[in-house]
Amino acid sequence: MIRVRGLTKRFDGTAVLDGIDLDIADGERVVVIGPSGTGKSTLLRCLNFLDRPNAGTIEIGDVSVDAAKATKRDILALRRATSFVFQNYALFANKTAKENIMEALVTVHDRPRDEAERRALEVLGETGLAEKADSYPAALSGGQQQRVGIGRAMAIGADLMLFDEPTSALDPEWVGEVLDLMRRVAEQRQTMLIVTHEMQFAREIADRVVFMEGGRIVEEGPPQEVLEAPRDERLRRFLRRVS
Amino acid sequence: MRALDLDYMLGLVPVILGYVPLTLFMAVVAMACALVLASLLAVERVVRVPGLDWLVVLFISFFRGTPLLVQLFLFYYGLPQVIGFLTQINGVTAAIMGLTLHFSAYMAEAIRAAITGVDRSQWEAAQSIGMTQGQMMRRIVLPQAARIAAPTLVNYFIDMIKGTSLAFTLGVTEMMGATQKEASGSFLYFEAFLVVAILYWIIVETLNQGQKQLETHLNKAYAR
Ligand SMILES: Nc1ncnc2c1ncn2[C@@H]1O[C@H](COP(=O)(O)OP(=O)(O)O)[C@@H](O)[C@H]1O
Ligand SMILES: [Mg+2]
Repeated sequence: MIRVRGLTKRFDGTAVLDGIDLDIADGERVVVIGPSGTGKSTLLRCLNFLDRPNAGTIEIGDVSVDAAKATKRDILALRRATSFVFQNYALFANKTAKENIMEALVTVHDRPRDEAERRALEVLGETGLAEKADSYPAALSGGQQQRVGIGRAMAIGADLMLFDEPTSALDPEWVGEVLDLMRRVAEQRQTMLIVTHEMQFAREIADRVVFMEGGRIVEEGPPQEVLEAPRDERLRRFLRRVS
Repeated sequence: MRALDLDYMLGLVPVILGYVPLTLFMAVVAMACALVLASLLAVERVVRVPGLDWLVVLFISFFRGTPLLVQLFLFYYGLPQVIGFLTQINGVTAAIMGLTLHFSAYMAEAIRAAITGVDRSQWEAAQSIGMTQGQMMRRIVLPQAARIAAPTLVNYFIDMIKGTSLAFTLGVTEMMGATQKEASGSFLYFEAFLVVAILYWIIVETLNQGQKQLETHLNKAYAR
């Protein structure tokens, strides 16, 4: 169970997140949509403390953090309970595909190397990249890099997986394979919070769609309501623009 | 003008070669120490530990801002006068200490610049999986910074090998000191110093070749 209350982030005095409340049930898949510059990335980054929120509380599983007085230990615990898939993949450039997946297991979660290696190979199998285990990121296509990025996030079995526009930086030819992999992750009842502009994908995969604008959640609900019968005028305008 | 005494020169080669190990020993030990110290200084400069930063800035400024020879004299002749237990310090130790401190200041700047050159996304990916600062530096940032800094660091190593020749002013008989002794016996200064110059040159050129291989090795992960 994930519970976020009053999450607030200001950059130079401007509230980019303006008191976000959000609950996510175990195994729930939530898709966040909204115009650019509206705070979607900041929301995900604050949940992972890549950006430090100014106020609010975050509870993920048995980790509970009050942003205003978060200690180093709180922040590490929160990060270890979440995993992040970046728009630009951000694979470790000095590590092979396999090592990218092993890294968190060995260094952060203290698993023995051979166990971590088995897990990495298993995950690479699921991402369809078993034969790329020993390739470095620079030798992989964008789509392959992002699949490793998702594999890296899958491997640790986090309570919450965060996806920040995972297909936006990809050439169109690679988008399909990345979305397919995300569908497979979703089938495993993994709790996911996904920022995306892929509306068809959102319709298919989401248990709930959240529309953000100006640092607030303006409307939320099941995809057939939010996407097919939007109430808020700003949401209607946004949907006309993206479809 | 007189002809070069080639026989003398050839005879001198094995004599001076005998001191190559000491020269390389001083350079390798000082380089290893300087790498560790420079990495620590560079990491401090990047994360800026409050209360420590000014000290590091001062250290780097001093050791870059004064001549190596002055620093060596300060250590070997100067320090024992003010610090009792250093009276036992020998020339080799003083030279290694001086070279370490001097070059670590330069190398810290090179490593700091290389750390800053590692893409921001690499830091964030490391943080996102819950690494501590230390883990992130050791496992992700420094290895990538090493690749960026490697050519510069090899150049400093070359400077360091040449810098060991100053140890002869502390009474150490290394390549330069041995040559000096030989020359003052034979009075064939030109021949003697030409031989030692060529030997230094060969060592440095060998390293330049090694540098190319090191770069290929370090770039392996980044080749398409
Ligand atoms: N590090 C930062 N410093 C200052 N402003 C920032 C920073 N990161 C994001 N912002 C601002 O916060 C707002 C929301 O950004 P972001 O969360 O990236 O939006 P979205 O992901 O919805 O496009 C934007 O106006 C952006 O310019
Ligand atoms: Mg964004």
